Amino acid sequence: MDPIISHISSNKRRTFFFFFLYAVLFALIGYISGIYMGSPALGFAIAAIVFCVLFLISYYGGRNVVASMAGAREVSKAQEPFLYNTVEALSIAAGKPMPKVYIMETDVPNAFAAGRNPDNAIVAVTRGLLNRMNRQELEGVIAHEMAHIANYDVLLATVAVVLAGAIVYASVILRRMAIFGGGGRRSGQGNIIGIVLLILVAVIAPLFAQLLRFAISRQREYLADATAADYTGYPEGLASALEKISTMQVQRSPLDNQALNGLYIVNPALGASTMNKMSAIFSTHPPAEERIKRLRGM
Amino acid sequence: MDLGYILPAVLILVVAFTVYTYNRLVGLRNMADTAYSNIDTMLQKRFDLVPNLVETVKGYMRHEQELLDRITRARTDWLKASTMSENAGADSLATGALKSIFAVAENYPDLKANQNFLMLQEELVGIENKIAYARQRFNRTIMVLNTVIERFPTNLIANLFGFKKREFFEVESEQARSAPQVDMQGRSEG
Repeated sequence: MDPIISHISSNKRRTFFFFFLYAVLFALIGYISGIYMGSPALGFAIAAIVFCVLFLISYYGGRNVVASMAGAREVSKAQEPFLYNTVEALSIAAGKPMPKVYIMETDVPNAFAAGRNPDNAIVAVTRGLLNRMNRQELEGVIAHEMAHIANYDVLLATVAVVLAGAIVYASVILRRMAIFGGGGRRSGQGNIIGIVLLILVAVIAPLFAQLLRFAISRQREYLADATAADYTGYPEGLASALEKISTMQVQRSPLDNQALNGLYIVNPALGASTMNKMSAIFSTHPPAEERIKRLRGM
Repeated sequence: MDLGYILPAVLILVVAFTVYTYNRLVGLRNMADTAYSNIDTMLQKRFDLVPNLVETVKGYMRHEQELLDRITRARTDWLKASTMSENAGADSLATGALKSIFAVAENYPDLKANQNFLMLQEELVGIENKIAYARQRFNRTIMVLNTVIERFPTNLIANLFGFKKREFFEVESEQARSAPQVDMQGRSEG
């Protein structure tokens, strides 16, 4: 079977598997917090409702959630003709509908794609990318993102980001409730619930992050690079872009966000401390050097 | 196993294969049509901008009349074109002429400072890229379509339903792929 087509169907299968895992975890959280609230059934019901809402949000509005999490805004052809023309050209090369075009106003070069299918996708790039890439390099980057869209990589990534993001935000809120809400003045029971929730979230949130890393495999980055080279017919454009982007990630990057890092063409955490750099290399993306080597070997 | 089971099984396989191949051919034909209409739309957009470009440029490029004639001729050819190869001919004439115009424009600082010219240039180079990619998409689709039509045993099904091999838009060349470079904000390197 065509490797791309089998990749697409495996991506769809994995998305279902993911939803199942998330559903089980939500049910578990709901049930446990229900026990402490005095009614496991109530906790379960709340978790089920939250999950359904998140499901709908991530499937139908995932790209908007991701865009606003990343601080990206949509731009028109009149505002950014160079970028818009490039995206349109590559969508023609991929034989897919024109995605919406977004910009993030930061100087660190990077890019991502999101959406549930090729008909509902966005491509977002940073101002830094636009300023630093020449036409061939930008074409390479956009081709890579179009490849993710055409291969349905975006569906899994977007859904995973929204669900994981919900957990991350919930953990922040719950932590505040546990620390400030209790305050030591309320009854002991309230405090215990807060502490238990805190522990739960502290355990579960990294677990979700871990799942996310497994979901967004290295292989799909290589595949998207290869597909991009096929679209443009010029692998060197992407290779040179990756070279620039990977050396230009900074410490405390404005793009660095646990939930979103897997989405970018180059992991924004690359510029962080050595410890993080190691964990970044072993997670969502293969090392940039290896990707560049493969592109130059084509 | 006796023949009573094998025959229906073979028959089912043959029917399934026929349905699969027929649908694949229809899919490819539609993809080719979409790709062709992409080329057509982009050619239309490009040639719509040509009179505008000639008007903008001719005040500056007094000594390049031949170049301007060439792009105007490409447009006339395209307007008259009825077959795909005539379209492709006009396309490649225009590609060459535009490339030369933008190359020559480098020698005219006044023209390079003209905002209208810069906008036209970015637009035309963008369209040029899109035409190149649309052409690539079309030709690749035609290649797959033609292979399915020629290969055994899918050729039997293609013949049965009257699918015809189709022509490429034009031979893809390195020259056609590399559109002229535009330097809008100092990004012409490489």
